[in-house]
Amino acid sequence: MGKVGIIGVGQSTFVRSYPGSIRELAFEGFKEAMQDAQITTGDIGASVICSAPEYDKQRSPAGVFAEYLGLNPQPTFYVESLCSSSSMGVRLAYSLVKSGLHDVVAVIGFQKMSEISSSESQERMGRGADIQWESPFGTMMPAYYAMYARGHMEKYGTTPDDLALIRVKAATYGQLNEKAVYRKPVTFDMFTDPENRMAGPVASPLRVGDCCANADGSSCIIVANEEKAKAFSKKPVWIMGLGAATTTVNLAGRDLFSGLTAAQEAGKQAYEMAGVTAKDIDVAEVHDCFTIAEMMAYEDLGFAAPGEGKDLIKGKETYKEGSIPVNVDGGLLSKGHPIGATGGSQIRTVVLQLRDEAGDIQVDNPQIGLVHNIGGVGLYGNVTILGR
Amino acid sequence: MGKKDVDDRFKKFGTVSFTAITKTNDFIDYLENGKVMGTRCKDCGKAYFPPRSDCYQCLPGEMEWFEVSGTGKLVTYSKLEYAPIGFEGDVPYCIALLDYGDYKVFGRLDSDLPQKEISVGMEMKTVANTLPNGQLNYVFRKV
Repeated sequence: MGKVGIIGVGQSTFVRSYPGSIRELAFEGFKEAMQDAQITTGDIGASVICSAPEYDKQRSPAGVFAEYLGLNPQPTFYVESLCSSSSMGVRLAYSLVKSGLHDVVAVIGFQKMSEISSSESQERMGRGADIQWESPFGTMMPAYYAMYARGHMEKYGTTPDDLALIRVKAATYGQLNEKAVYRKPVTFDMFTDPENRMAGPVASPLRVGDCCANADGSSCIIVANEEKAKAFSKKPVWIMGLGAATTTVNLAGRDLFSGLTAAQEAGKQAYEMAGVTAKDIDVAEVHDCFTIAEMMAYEDLGFAAPGEGKDLIKGKETYKEGSIPVNVDGGLLSKGHPIGATGGSQIRTVVLQLRDEAGDIQVDNPQIGLVHNIGGVGLYGNVTILGR
Repeated sequence: MGKKDVDDRFKKFGTVSFTAITKTNDFIDYLENGKVMGTRCKDCGKAYFPPRSDCYQCLPGEMEWFEVSGTGKLVTYSKLEYAPIGFEGDVPYCIALLDYGDYKVFGRLDSDLPQKEISVGMEMKTVANTLPNGQLNYVFRKV
């Protein structure tokens, strides 16, 4: 069967409010990936459409997108795992190609969040938890991750200042990424100035600056078998390792509140499949929906020992020139988090890094990259390891 | 031909309830009588909170109710300054998790509890509560 590779990557510029419909938004990421791969729609065997539901009114978007993207009569279907939807789509595409069912599969992730208000958006996200037993208490994503932030602080003495450093890093690279929604600098002082918006409390202990921005966006990853990858692409990037896991939705079923067990498990599987360890990773994209999420990712993936994630950020080890560059495209914090498009965007960044095509944010000669994409509050963990 | 009565007691749960019909509807009757209840499988003894009508360990499992009693340790919590739609009237409120050992309970801290008296690890009890809008939930009170 051979290897499975990525031959095309693309994403739209993430914006607060996209001036078009969801099919037009999806087309943006698709177009860039197709131009990158230099293939035609006839070369694609199937498409996988990924997003979180209830942000727009289109039921069953896969069929509508297949039509708009010129992908009839090929099979298409919808994949959802909240914020990890498009990297899960890539996992599925890998299986479709590896099984021999299709030679080339296009994974299109999208999310248009601007059609509903901010509090409606939080309500949707609150219903991404256990709607019978948790959502009736008025839950939302920042509050759940805030419970983990408090857990991490209680256990390891991590401080809000440590978390602020992660936001500062994200903004450093957001300024350099023309695809990012938030292009402005964020300084540490903003967190200590009570008049500054960034310091405003959202859900204790998390502040505005600790939270990623909603955005509208799309991404596209084109996956191919070894034969097609070598025929179509001068620089195919290979999918070396995949790992996926879950934990209970309801926090009442969990035991760890300073890390995400689904991420730990997914990371272990991916490392094992790829035959590498954390030390071998040269560049990583992790799911920094909130600053605490990046801190926990350092530890869950083995970049730092439990509780020592703060040393990595304090020592600037996760900056571009550091020992383990993480989220040097601005991450979800500055690049934005259009839910269904995020996984594909993270994968695109790592692919560009491995091809030495990342421009201003290029890490020095990376050989192996890792993508850590989480759905909900560590509900779905998905790790992808890519190599040259 | 009359319309069959639908048992939708669960619509009383939470500031906003998203589930009206469930086989665990008796939970609401208990809550109305001031009791917070979980279920236990009669065959294997596995305790479930929140209560379930099925035991995944022994598929045909028959369940019985038990009362959440005694105290649990506060595992973690967060104070919300913003709320999702429908919950704006409750702000600010704290969501929290208590650990009773065999099971944990997710809920809210008693709104009368002053900030300075909250600390992770403190012992708390779970108490049935009626919300200002007449709905029911449960909250954690200091002991």
